[in-house]
Amino acid sequence: MNRFEYVRPTSIAEAVAAAGEPGSAYLGAGTNLLDLMKGGVTQPSRLVDLTHLPDLGQIEQLPDGSTRIGALVKNAALAHDPAFAEAFPAVAEALLSGASAQLRNAATVGGNLMQRTRCAYFTDPASACNKRAPGSGCDAIGGENRAHAVLGWSDHCIAVHPSDFCVALTALGAIVEIEGPAGRREVAMTDFYLLPGDTPEKETVLDAGEMIVAVRLPAEAAAFAGNQRYLKGRERTSYAFALASAAAALKIENGLIVEARLALGGVATKPWRVQAAEAVLAGAAPGKEAFEKAAEVAFAEAKPSGDNAYKIALGKRVLARALMMAAAGTPERMPALPASPFAPLPEGVVNV
Amino acid sequence: MSEIASLSTGARQRQGSNIGQPMTRRDGVLKVTGQATYAADNNPEGLLHAVVATASISRGRVTHLNVEAARAHPGVVDVMTPQNRPKLAQDPDAKDHPFMFRLDLLQNDRVRYAGQPIAVVIAKTLEAATEGAALLAPTYDAEPAEVGLDGESFVPQVVGPGAPAKAEVGDFDAEYAGSATTLDATYETPAQYHNAMEPHSIVATWDGDSVSIDMPTQGLGMAVGRVAGLFGIPPENIHIRSPFLGGGFGSKGMPAGPQMLGIIAARHVGAPVKLVLSRQQMYGPVGHRGQTRQTVRLGMKDDGHLTAIEHHTLTTTSRFDDFLEPASNVSHTLYAASAIRTTHAGTRIDIGTPMFMRAPGEATGSAALESAVDEAAWKARIDPLDFRLLNYAEVEPISGKPFSSKALRECYAKGADRFGWAKRPLEPRSMRDAGGRLVGWGVGTATFPAIMFQAAARAVIRADGSGLMETGAHDMGQGSWTALHQIAADGLGLSMDETEFRAGSSDLPDAGIAGGSGHTATAGMALHRAGEDVIAKLVELAVNDENSPLYGAGNVGVVARNGRLVRQDDESRGEPYAAILERAGLAEIEGKGSGVPDAGPREKYAMYAHGAVFAEVTVDPELGQMRVTRLVGAFAAGRVINPRMVESQYYGGMIWGIGFALHEEAVHDKRSGRIMNANLAEYHVPVNADVPAMEAILVHEDDPHVNALGIKGVGEIGITGTAGAIANAVWHATGVRVRRFPITLVDVLNGADAG
Repeated sequence: MNRFEYVRPTSIAEAVAAAGEPGSAYLGAGTNLLDLMKGGVTQPSRLVDLTHLPDLGQIEQLPDGSTRIGALVKNAALAHDPAFAEAFPAVAEALLSGASAQLRNAATVGGNLMQRTRCAYFTDPASACNKRAPGSGCDAIGGENRAHAVLGWSDHCIAVHPSDFCVALTALGAIVEIEGPAGRREVAMTDFYLLPGDTPEKETVLDAGEMIVAVRLPAEAAAFAGNQRYLKGRERTSYAFALASAAAALKIENGLIVEARLALGGVATKPWRVQAAEAVLAGAAPGKEAFEKAAEVAFAEAKPSGDNAYKIALGKRVLARALMMAAAGTPERMPALPASPFAPLPEGVVNV
Repeated sequence: MSEIASLSTGARQRQGSNIGQPMTRRDGVLKVTGQATYAADNNPEGLLHAVVATASISRGRVTHLNVEAARAHPGVVDVMTPQNRPKLAQDPDAKDHPFMFRLDLLQNDRVRYAGQPIAVVIAKTLEAATEGAALLAPTYDAEPAEVGLDGESFVPQVVGPGAPAKAEVGDFDAEYAGSATTLDATYETPAQYHNAMEPHSIVATWDGDSVSIDMPTQGLGMAVGRVAGLFGIPPENIHIRSPFLGGGFGSKGMPAGPQMLGIIAARHVGAPVKLVLSRQQMYGPVGHRGQTRQTVRLGMKDDGHLTAIEHHTLTTTSRFDDFLEPASNVSHTLYAASAIRTTHAGTRIDIGTPMFMRAPGEATGSAALESAVDEAAWKARIDPLDFRLLNYAEVEPISGKPFSSKALRECYAKGADRFGWAKRPLEPRSMRDAGGRLVGWGVGTATFPAIMFQAAARAVIRADGSGLMETGAHDMGQGSWTALHQIAADGLGLSMDETEFRAGSSDLPDAGIAGGSGHTATAGMALHRAGEDVIAKLVELAVNDENSPLYGAGNVGVVARNGRLVRQDDESRGEPYAAILERAGLAEIEGKGSGVPDAGPREKYAMYAHGAVFAEVTVDPELGQMRVTRLVGAFAAGRVINPRMVESQYYGGMIWGIGFALHEEAVHDKRSGRIMNANLAEYHVPVNADVPAMEAILVHEDDPHVNALGIKGVGEIGITGTAGAIANAVWHATGVRVRRFPITLVDVLNGADAG
């Protein structure tokens, strides 16, 4: 039987010590991990339940102006925190476009970062999957791969990272605070995830026993609050993963873009920051021409991994639209359909 | 005994008859407070849990099961495989009649579809049984699987449950060749799964050669027959309770293989057994809607009058049984043309046998036909509603029979008026919303036959004047407990609170099947007739009793009103039921009734419900994402027993139409044949945000021919018309005609890029 030990530490130090055992997994809300365990996809021998740890459920403003989100903050609580949503509206919008209200009420920030791909070949133990069983092959290649990656994939894995939240965090330069057997360290979101290469089973830089304790948004990220959006293209209006999504944040001064922060979701093997496209926008006048150019640059390296060439065209359009929406200004109120193409659109955004 | 407690749901003023009143569900409070006992909620003493192990290949043979490992697992009681499964009285592959489907009951080591049961593990806990099933670690001798429509095809004798596969009137080839304008278009629909909220489940307890069963079923009588045949026991030894179903949609019409495995497992271990399928396990052995590829050819005159309609369907069935989606047959009835030809072909693939799924044939056929008619209307540059009216069928085209009633014109008119259809521009891609998104409007005609099966009912009037009505009817969630109770009460001339209503058990008179949208008509007619019978007996007592105020009133007629018999010519003269029974010294009086289709009128008339669905779809022109933003359906389906329930049925059908048009598809890996989205996260159905402002208009329709109550049926018609209306609205919004369902944003983007 998949017998596992259940450990409920009372401090971070205890947690880290408990998770040092090989085969351990940290448990947050379990909205993804428990499903995977029930489906026979993962078999941790020890679950280290973090949900009873103190002090990981805070959203705090630090003296340096940065915002620190504890790993156990619920997705819904974060999205609906007025100060947070005002400072980082695209992050809140991304959060509210993910999963369902029930899942957002349960799911944690740290768990969101650690969620696994929804590639059907990964979740089906009868299929070959290098991520689940290293060296077994990849049945997604040559299989049903409409939803798979066009960026960052390898001959060993073409699965996309499913998070919306992480895309917005990646755009805004978030930093992951990690506690582990060797002490505390910090890693930028852009460096936190690994490309699949020939070791797709290794998804993050976390070493054995290391846990996420917080995610920090630097002070300078708040400077983008007035012009940032998250947009998510998908196959139904809610409760579906992105086929292509984008977080776009702009700092606009005197009618010109001073700085842009862009990241893509649903198209890549990890939350995909596109700094080359950001560079295109620096100093440019906001508008369709500049945004389409940035989108071209963002997808310059993209190539289909199967029956998914459409994602390149779609991804470019999603990014250009997200930029148009960001340039039009963050809406005063969160749209009733966050990140949806069916949320109210600023005038002139659609001109096809 | 009654399966549901009588509940007071507040003061209710009865106005005249119960029929026609928007009663709330009699079982509503039980359901929302968790007191309604569904099959899997039963836990008899000594219960064991069974878990099915399923095949992960689509075709081949099981070469090994690690039965020892499973048996050794703590809590596992036994493992049932083809080697040790108890003998059955009947071969599960036998097929005596069209409603009998071949089952996978561990008869051998063959695998004929992914998800087929290959063993059953029985344990003291669900967890132990689950782990035992995992420990079986089957190995296979796999053969190449086929799951598409492109294999070898055959011409079936019959489609659906027994309809001719081919029908023809006039000379299609000549009419088509001579048409001024023609359309030749091919549409595809994918495999779809019922996905009832409640998975198939069973709790079975044997006592000698008798078996007591809790299981959700849409057909108690047929379930008893199937169990009797498989186990070789008399039907009276079988007691099935099915008071509540968490949806069925056709997948619970016939007992499913895994449910029968639960009964076999209980016999094997000699203890009560519960077996509940997981969501994933429902993609295989419990039926689905087969894939179709439909070619529609239409010929028309310059003025848009259709002259020729041909509808050919290629559809999938399993390697080992036949259920062919009768999609072409929807073209028999809807549009007038001098020549109509409908044909079907099948192809065998490595899947579980397809099954009845809400409007089997009509849903798929309507999606294609309504799209084709829309394409023809555009070719003729005629408004699609005007085009439908131009080709309105005054008699059933394929048979020439008059309709028993057909208020479709009123449906078109009321729906169009409510929707604001008159403002629709003819050209596609000519409407935008305030945000600049494309907006399109589409229409589809809905239809479904007014089917009746056979049902029986028993009526009792008790000494205290109260009533009892019994029929083994099924409530799949649609409100049968309530609607049939309304008919029952009226049949006895009593209020609903004075009428006890019993249903949901095989020990009651057989109510037929809750399918074909015929349950209310069939079971309702049985109740109505049983009421007539018991009242007639009561009248007989009264008019022949010198001490009754009704003595000798036989000639003027006596009617039942509010628990009293009264003279028809003077309702002030009469007496309560109780008084009549008391004088006669009777504790109760009983009547019986049956609901059957009347052969005469059915020979003479074509009987269908009709409707018109109007859809507004908004499309993001750059991203291709689509959303139905408005949906108005107007339906005429004979007499409405309970407008609240009927409206809900239409809503449910129309919402399923949204899913049909834009979301639902089982995605097979073409190499393994396995369904890769066998869960409710990835198999998309509409969520709340996909369901727009919607309205269902109940169009009045009196039908003197379908049955004495004038009921046609509303369970399935809502899905027909809707998928086509949405596809047509997508075209009107974008100018892109997508001929494959579900329509996805990729189709719209590719179409826009191509066009």
